[in-house]
Amino acid sequence: MMLSRKATEVAVFSLFRGCAVLVVLALLVLVGYIATGGLERLSIEFLTDMPRRANTQGGIFPAIVGTFYLMLIVLSISVPIGVMSAIYLVEYQQNSLMGRVFRLAVYNLAGVPSIVYGLLGLGIFVAYLGLGFSLISAGLTLSIMTLPLMISSAREAIAAVPSTVREASYALGATKWQTIWHHVLPYALPGIFTGIILSVSRAAGETAPLMLTGVAMSLQRLPDSFFDSFMALPYHVFYMATQSSNLLATRPIQYATALVLLLLVLGMNLFAIVLRKRYRDKYRW
Amino acid sequence: MALKLRKEKGRRLRKNKHLPPREKAIQLALNIATWTSIVALAAVFGELMLGALPAFSSINIIDFFTGTVWNPSHPMYPLYGVVPLFVGTMMVSFGAALIAIPIGLGCSIWLAELASPRVKAVFKPAVEILAGIPSVIFGFFALVILSEWISVVFDPVTKLNALNGAIMLAVMMIPIMVTVAEDAMNAVPRNLREASLALGATRWETIRHVVVPASLSGVVAAIVLAFGRAVGETMTVLMATGNATLLHFDFLRSVQTMTAAIAIDFGEVEFGSDHYHVLFLVGLVLFVMTFIINFLADWVIRRYREEY
Repeated sequence: MMLSRKATEVAVFSLFRGCAVLVVLALLVLVGYIATGGLERLSIEFLTDMPRRANTQGGIFPAIVGTFYLMLIVLSISVPIGVMSAIYLVEYQQNSLMGRVFRLAVYNLAGVPSIVYGLLGLGIFVAYLGLGFSLISAGLTLSIMTLPLMISSAREAIAAVPSTVREASYALGATKWQTIWHHVLPYALPGIFTGIILSVSRAAGETAPLMLTGVAMSLQRLPDSFFDSFMALPYHVFYMATQSSNLLATRPIQYATALVLLLLVLGMNLFAIVLRKRYRDKYRW
Repeated sequence: MALKLRKEKGRRLRKNKHLPPREKAIQLALNIATWTSIVALAAVFGELMLGALPAFSSINIIDFFTGTVWNPSHPMYPLYGVVPLFVGTMMVSFGAALIAIPIGLGCSIWLAELASPRVKAVFKPAVEILAGIPSVIFGFFALVILSEWISVVFDPVTKLNALNGAIMLAVMMIPIMVTVAEDAMNAVPRNLREASLALGATRWETIRHVVVPASLSGVVAAIVLAFGRAVGETMTVLMATGNATLLHFDFLRSVQTMTAAIAIDFGEVEFGSDHYHVLFLVGLVLFVMTFIINFLADWVIRRYREEY
């Protein structure tokens, strides 16, 4: 029996709506399970205590600090290079051949699997440059990994500033850099800021590169220099869930650690989304 | 022609001669910063080559590509056949694509064509949030919860299996697909839709015969990009699929992917050993694969884009 055209439409459209509901459901189920499992163990002591007895007791303070340090390194390396690249690509090399080559490199860099970045970090930062299995090796690796994301989001923000703003500035006799600094960047800033938050949150959640560049399973102390070994939240989730001595007994710790990581990353993402929304409402070109 | 030449000359003059030193210095600094990306890409490739090169002389390279046994930690006769890992990666990624493509497409069409702005304002951030969840969280969910569900429904051979990884990867692929595909559909101009509706087509017929064909290059690119991401994903499959390295094609049994092999084996490998270099070779193969997949996505977009 053939359905009538109208009936087909109704059937197909409810199927599409079903797909959308399924995706939202997946998100809710995932977050819901982690949250309910993690809240049981989550407490102030859990956040501020050192791990004890091979991670089976105590807290995850060193892992939180380690992840915070990694974010700091990424922030101080990936952001300046990323923003400068974005400015150069939009303002100086818009249609040139070299610009195309640069853009192609960024595009391909974005597709490199994270574990391959781990191999890069191991080969270059850990072994060749002699930085060892350390915070700085892992931080540099993550910085390179987040660079393409940083560049493309900053590029989008800068390119969204209409050319009339630039032309008005040129017409008043400003140089290229004066135009960029005083007239393009201020408008692009909220967009760039959104990109920064997203990139750093990506770095905070990344695990695979850390495994090859010096993350530690358990430390009773904080790293005392950039060349020290460190703990990190995402690796702690992985380690506790797959390798620790008593997997079932430490389940609450696994859930709680996963929840802390999830809250950190989701919080940053939400902040970025809200920021972008407010900025979009403010400037409508 | 003459005008063009003069223009060209003028631009070159402006670029080189009349620039104040400050402007020149800034431009140079920006240029150097931008080179980081090219240097990084070259470093990735170079490092993989350097790391993998010794493997070419210490093991038989044909055996590497055709060997069906991956047993690198055997004390006497380690075997480095990449086929089981490659098959593992492909099973998980294709499985994920099979699940993600219909759902992702349905979602993108709904988002681009049907959803009201108010619903959209909630749904799009939800997709973004899903995309932002760290892979280790997906892996943890698959390990602890999804595997239990699969055990109940399918009664699998091993509790952690390829299906577990494929479903979880599908959830990760969907946000990437939806973002790219929705953009492509939004880029289809309104008057095409209106022309179709004016000819008496229903909204579904318009979507099927006008919007989807017109945005096909973007939709295909979205699928390819998401597939590339799935091939390169590490933590989720590492935690979800059980990491047995036997060659088979059963979705209800454990598999190990190429990414997972690198991540796991580096925990025990001796620096500079055969195994160490072979893992770099696996990384090189992985890099080349994702490079080709990304290139394909880019090519599809360029080659088949409809200009409006």
